Amino acid sequence: MNETSPHITGYITYVIVLTFLLVMTFLSVAVTSYHLGSFTVALALIIASIKVTVVLNYFMHLKSESLFLKLCVSGVFLLFALVIIITFIDYLYR
Amino acid sequence: MTTNHPVYTEHTDKEAGKLGMWIFLFTEMFLFGGLFLVYAVFRSLYSEDFHHAADELNTFIGTLNTVFLLTSSMTVAMSITAVQKKERSVALILVLTTLILASLFLVNKYYEWSHEFHYKIYPGSDVVRNMPRGELLFIGLYFMMTGLHALHVIIGMILLLICLVKIKTHQISDESHLLLDNAALYWHLVDLIWIFLFPLLYLIT
Amino acid sequence: MPETGVHSSYLNNEGKYHGLLAWLLTIDHKRIGLMYFFVVIAFFFIGAMLGLLMRTELLRPGEDIMGPQTYNGLFTIHGIIMIFVIVIPGLSVIFGNFFLPILIGARDVAFPRLNLLSFYLYLTGAILAVVSQFTGNGPPDTGWSFYVPYSSESSTNVIFALVAAVILGFSSILTGINFIVTIHRMRAPGMTFMRMPLFSWSIYSTAWIQVLATPIIGITLLMVIAERWLNIGFFDPALGGDPILFQHLFWIYSHPAVYIMILPAMGVVTEIFPTFSQKPVFGYTAIALSSLAIAIIGYFVWGHHMFTSGTSYLSRLFFSLLTFLVAVPSAIKVFNWVSTMYGGSIDLKPPLLYAIAFIFLFMIGGLTGLIQGALATNIQVHDTSFVVAHFHYIIFGGMGFAAFAGIHYWFPKMFGRMYNFRMANIAWGIIFIGFNLFYFPQLIIGMQGMPRRYFDYLPQFSTGQFISSIGAYIMVSGLIMMLINLIYGRYHGTIAPANPWKGGTLEWQIPSPPPVENFETIPHITRRPYFYGDNE
Repeated sequence: MNETSPHITGYITYVIVLTFLLVMTFLSVAVTSYHLGSFTVALALIIASIKVTVVLNYFMHLKSESLFLKLCVSGVFLLFALVIIITFIDYLYR
Repeated sequence: MTTNHPVYTEHTDKEAGKLGMWIFLFTEMFLFGGLFLVYAVFRSLYSEDFHHAADELNTFIGTLNTVFLLTSSMTVAMSITAVQKKERSVALILVLTTLILASLFLVNKYYEWSHEFHYKIYPGSDVVRNMPRGELLFIGLYFMMTGLHALHVIIGMILLLICLVKIKTHQISDESHLLLDNAALYWHLVDLIWIFLFPLLYLIT
Repeated sequence: MPETGVHSSYLNNEGKYHGLLAWLLTIDHKRIGLMYFFVVIAFFFIGAMLGLLMRTELLRPGEDIMGPQTYNGLFTIHGIIMIFVIVIPGLSVIFGNFFLPILIGARDVAFPRLNLLSFYLYLTGAILAVVSQFTGNGPPDTGWSFYVPYSSESSTNVIFALVAAVILGFSSILTGINFIVTIHRMRAPGMTFMRMPLFSWSIYSTAWIQVLATPIIGITLLMVIAERWLNIGFFDPALGGDPILFQHLFWIYSHPAVYIMILPAMGVVTEIFPTFSQKPVFGYTAIALSSLAIAIIGYFVWGHHMFTSGTSYLSRLFFSLLTFLVAVPSAIKVFNWVSTMYGGSIDLKPPLLYAIAFIFLFMIGGLTGLIQGALATNIQVHDTSFVVAHFHYIIFGGMGFAAFAGIHYWFPKMFGRMYNFRMANIAWGIIFIGFNLFYFPQLIIGMQGMPRRYFDYLPQFSTGQFISSIGAYIMVSGLIMMLINLIYGRYHGTIAPANPWKGGTLEWQIPSPPPVENFETIPHITRRPYFYGDNE
C-alpha cells in the first residue's frame, strides 16, 4: 500500500492543457458546420473522446495514478460501450 | 476497560478517500450512461428529426458554456497546486473563479431554458406534442440530460463552496487537502459529462 | 487464549453515547450489521405474510379473500420488499458489514460514517415502500418490475414506490463503494488477495456489481417518473418512444442484481463447507475467479427476460448463448463445494444442513433457469408459474437457505450463545419439505400453462395450487420455529466458545461476541485461512 508522493503540477501545465481543450472545442464546432453526413457525428465524438482523455489524464491526474485505477476507468468505458453495442443488436436487426 | 474512542483512527487514509471518490464517479458515469443509451437508440431511429431539433439550439451559448466549464476545470485543478504550494490566497481566488464560472454556466442555462419555455418548448406542451416524434424525443432528452447535469453543477458548487470556507479556515492545507482533491474530481466529472453532451446536443446539425 | 463468557464486547461496550443512541448513532460495523439484521428480519416477515395472503387466495379457484386489484397490489409490494429490501441488500449488509472487516483482519470498514448513512437510507427506502401502500390512489399494482406502459398510466401510487426503490439503490451503491475500498485498503499485513477468505471474494465481486449496475435502475426509474409527470415520451409509442427500451434499461440492472443476491450466498456456503468437513476448500482459485466471472458475464445476459417481447432474432441468439455461458462458473462452484466435502470429516450441524439443502435447491433453480434460457422452451414457460418457481428456487432456495446457513453458522460469534441443535434440525426439515411442496407443483402447473400474477385460475390447476398453498403454510411454520429457536438461544442458550465449529478463518480466533475493536493486535497473515487440525 504505497502512498504516491504528491507531485505538484505546475500552473503552466494546466494552462497548456486548457489551451489544447479550447482548440479542440473550436475545431469540433468548425468541423460540424460542414455536412459530412454521419462522419460529422463520428468526428465530433472522436474529438470529444480526445478531450475526455486529456481531462482524465491531466486535470484528474489519472496519468500518475496506479495501473489498477487506469484499468478501472478503461473498464468502465468499455463496459458502457459494450452495453450500447449489445442493445443495438436488438435495434439494428429488428 | 471500556474504550471511548471510535473504532477507526483519526488518521485518514488518503488513498482510500481518493479510491472511494473515483468509484463514486463511476456510478455517476453510469447514471448519465442510461440517458446516453436512450439518446443513442432514438438518434439511430430518428436521425433526421434529431438534426432538425438540434438546429433550434443556440450553438454559440453551448460553446460559451463549454468554454466556461473547461476553464473552471483548469482553475480548480490549479487551486490544488496552490494549496500544495501553501499559496492560500491564490487558492482562494482560484476556487472563487471556479464558482463564478460555474454560476455563469447556470445563468446561461437559465436564459436558454427561459427562451425555450417562452416558445412553449418543453416536454408535455402542446407545441411539442404536435412535433414530429423524433424532435419530441430530442427535446425530452435535452431537458432531462441538461437538467440532471445542471443539478450536478449545483452539487459541485456546494462542494466547492465548502472547500472555499475550509481553505480560509486552514482546515484544507498543504498537509491535508483530500476534500479539495475529491471536490475537484467531482467537478471534473461534471465537465466530462458536458464534453459529451455538447456535441451530442448542439453539434449534430 | 480468547476469553469466553461475559466480557466487554461490541454488544455492551457503549463508547461516546449511551442506551438507544449508542445503537442509532453507532459507527461500529458490527452494530450496524446487527441493526440491518433486525430490520431485514422484520421486513422479511412482512413480505412473507404478504406472500401467505396471496397463497391463501390461490388455495382454491375463484375469489376467496380478495379481488384482482388487491391481489395485484399484493404481488407488487411483495416483490418490492423481497427484492429491494431483503434479497438485494440482505447478505451484504448483514454478514458483509459484520464479518468482512474481521475476515480481512481490520477493525472496521473504510468509511464507517458512510456506512451509517447507508443504513439510514436503507431504512428510509424500506419504510417508504411500505408507506406507498397507504397513500395516494392505492397501492401500486404494476408488479415490482414497473413495466411500461402500465406503470406510466396506472392511477395508483407508483411514484412513491419508485422513489423508495431509488433511495434503496443509493444505499446499495454507498455500501458497494465502502466494501471495495475496505478490501483494497484494509487487509491485514500479509493478506494478499489470494489469501483472503472466499466470502470476502464474493463480497468484492458483489460490490462491483452494486456500483456499476445500480445507477442504471436509478436513472431508469427517474425516466418512468418523467413519463408520469412530464410525458417525456421515451417509452410511449404514441410519442415515438419504445416500451421495450424500458425493458432493456430495467433488466440491464435487474439481471446483474440477481448476482448481487446470489454471490454473497455462494460466499457464505463456501465458508461453511470447509469448516464442517474440516478440510480446505477444493479449488480456491477457481472459486475466487468464478465469482468475478459470474459478475462480469452476468452483465451481458439481461435480454433473456425479454425473449417474447419483440426483440430481434440476433439479439435473442446472443442473450441465449451468454445465458448458457454464465451457468458455467456457477457449476464450477458446485463441483468445488461437493469436492470439498468429499473425503472430509463431516459434522452434520445445522449450518451444513442448510448449505447442503442450498446446493440441491440452487441446482433445481439453475437448471430450470437454463430451460428458460433456451429460446424454444422459453416461449412455453414465459410469464407462467414455472418462472415464479424458478426464481423462488434460486432466490429463496438458494440465497434464502444460504442466509439461514449463515445465521446458524455465525450466530454463536455474533451473540456469544448457542441455539438448540435438535430444534434447529427439526425446523430445517419442516422448512425444506414445506418449501418443495410449495414450489415444485408450480413448476408443473407452469409448464401446463398456469399464468403468473393471476389471482384466479382454471380448474385443471386446482390440485397443484392447493398443494402449493399447503406447502407454503408448512414452510412458514418451519420458519417461525427456526426464529423462535434462535431467539430462545439468544437469551437462554449455552455460552458459546470462541471457536465452536473449529473454523479456520479469522473471526473464530477472536472472542464470541467480538470486542469493539475486533482484534487486540492486528494479525500478520502468512497463508490462506482453510487449515484444520493436522492439516497445518
